[in-house]
Amino acid sequence: MSHEIVEKNAGLMAVLIFIVISIGGLVEIVPLMFSQQTTEAAEGVEPYSAIRFAGRDIYVSEGCYNCHSQQIRPFRAETERYGHYSVAGEFVYDRPFQWGSKRTGPDLARVGGRYTDDWHYVHLINPRDVVPQSNMPGYPWLAERTVDAAQTAKSMRAQRTMLGVPYSDEDIAAAAELEGVTEMEALIAYLQGLGTNKVASR
Amino acid sequence: MSLFWSVFIIVLVLGNIFACWWLIRWTAKPRKGEAAAHETTGHVWDGDLTEYNNPMPRWWLWLFYITIVFGLIYLALYPGLGNFQGLLGWSQYSQYDEEVAAAEARFEPLYARYAEVDIAELAQNDEAMGTAGRLFANNCATCHGSDGRGARGYPNLADADWQWGGSAEAIRHTLINGRQAVMPAFGAALDDSQLQATAAYVYSLNGRNAPERLVAAGREQYQTLCVACHGVEGKGNPALGAPNLTDEVWLYGGSLDTIEQTLLNGRNGQMPAFAETLGEDRVHLVSAYVYRLSGGQEARDELAAR
Repeated sequence: MSHEIVEKNAGLMAVLIFIVISIGGLVEIVPLMFSQQTTEAAEGVEPYSAIRFAGRDIYVSEGCYNCHSQQIRPFRAETERYGHYSVAGEFVYDRPFQWGSKRTGPDLARVGGRYTDDWHYVHLINPRDVVPQSNMPGYPWLAERTVDAAQTAKSMRAQRTMLGVPYSDEDIAAAAELEGVTEMEALIAYLQGLGTNKVASR
Repeated sequence: MSLFWSVFIIVLVLGNIFACWWLIRWTAKPRKGEAAAHETTGHVWDGDLTEYNNPMPRWWLWLFYITIVFGLIYLALYPGLGNFQGLLGWSQYSQYDEEVAAAEARFEPLYARYAEVDIAELAQNDEAMGTAGRLFANNCATCHGSDGRGARGYPNLADADWQWGGSAEAIRHTLINGRQAVMPAFGAALDDSQLQATAAYVYSLNGRNAPERLVAAGREQYQTLCVACHGVEGKGNPALGAPNLTDEVWLYGGSLDTIEQTLLNGRNGQMPAFAETLGEDRVHLVSAYVYRLSGGQEARDELAAR
């Protein structure tokens, strides 16, 4: 009885289970790894400059993604508010990506240039100073702490060698200039760059 | 997608569906030497537990077949098989485009009709202002506040004081093109005592008391550094976005300390351009809303009479 053979051989059953569950991934994930649409940068999308790179790390470490997505879906209600819907090529340098489906705060995929640096500064120190109804927490310590320039250069180098992000030596050397830059400045630089590519004005 | 990956997907998907069908058939088939239906298999557990060899109920078996048929119909109608776009020609982008086109057909004539009405007149139209209020809440309230009263560094739109002019045309221009108000930093041009003096003079401009000695010295500095934008009397210049220094309205604060800070470090006021975000028709509508916020023509006339 073949049923019995499979049931009584844990190794064989594991192999068969692996084959069955890998089919979905083979069909849905593997072709994307070779698709131009998902692996090549969309028009105007550049690797993060050193200060934005550092700002992005702060964005992730402060857990901004818990409340803010960076993915505008192709619905009119979203594009009216946030701008052109997101396309895959905009995220090729995002590691890890900051998509999401939970929005306690607004989507930030195209927040770059929407507000001034000053606005972001005041808003990050205490959001209620500019938006009285806001339930976002304040992040006043960002203005006091400075970014780790050496670590930023290291991370950028790792992204170049291990993940193939096309950073030049000058791009990475620019990280040295981050000495003394506050986390606040880096984070604002990152936010101001979000979505400011050619896709946004399509 | 390249032809290779397209074929790869099609073969795996169809092969998988066929394999499901085969698996159902194969497992449902009675085997040789197997106990007949409604008889026990012969296994006994715990001394008295036995197991019937009943086939799966028909309805259950048919559910499997129905999901297979459903899958095949779905793959024929919608994109799923590699580069094949499906017989319906549906895509998330075509659905989005239709949604946008439908909304435009519905709302654009309304905005176009409002766009033909003069801003001052449109400000009297309560229905139009209801729509405009929601546009304001979505686009302007983040900085200017939901009541339009602004915040430190973000002008109050609900008063009669205007940095760039409060005529309907000026408001519209501000919304379409945005504004850049640059107050240069004079930290390098003024030493400490000059800075103090200039701040004291500016402080005194709207009638407040400051030490006479400082005010006199400050006036001199004012005449060389500030007069070009803020004018001889300090009444400002809406063409440059230079605020009136003789009134009670202070964009960044009017304390002596704050005025010193402003002189020392300068200020950078930016109003983003909304021509692209909103489009001209909606800007027209929002302009009317802002015009109304400040009290409309009556408040303007009153101000002019003063």
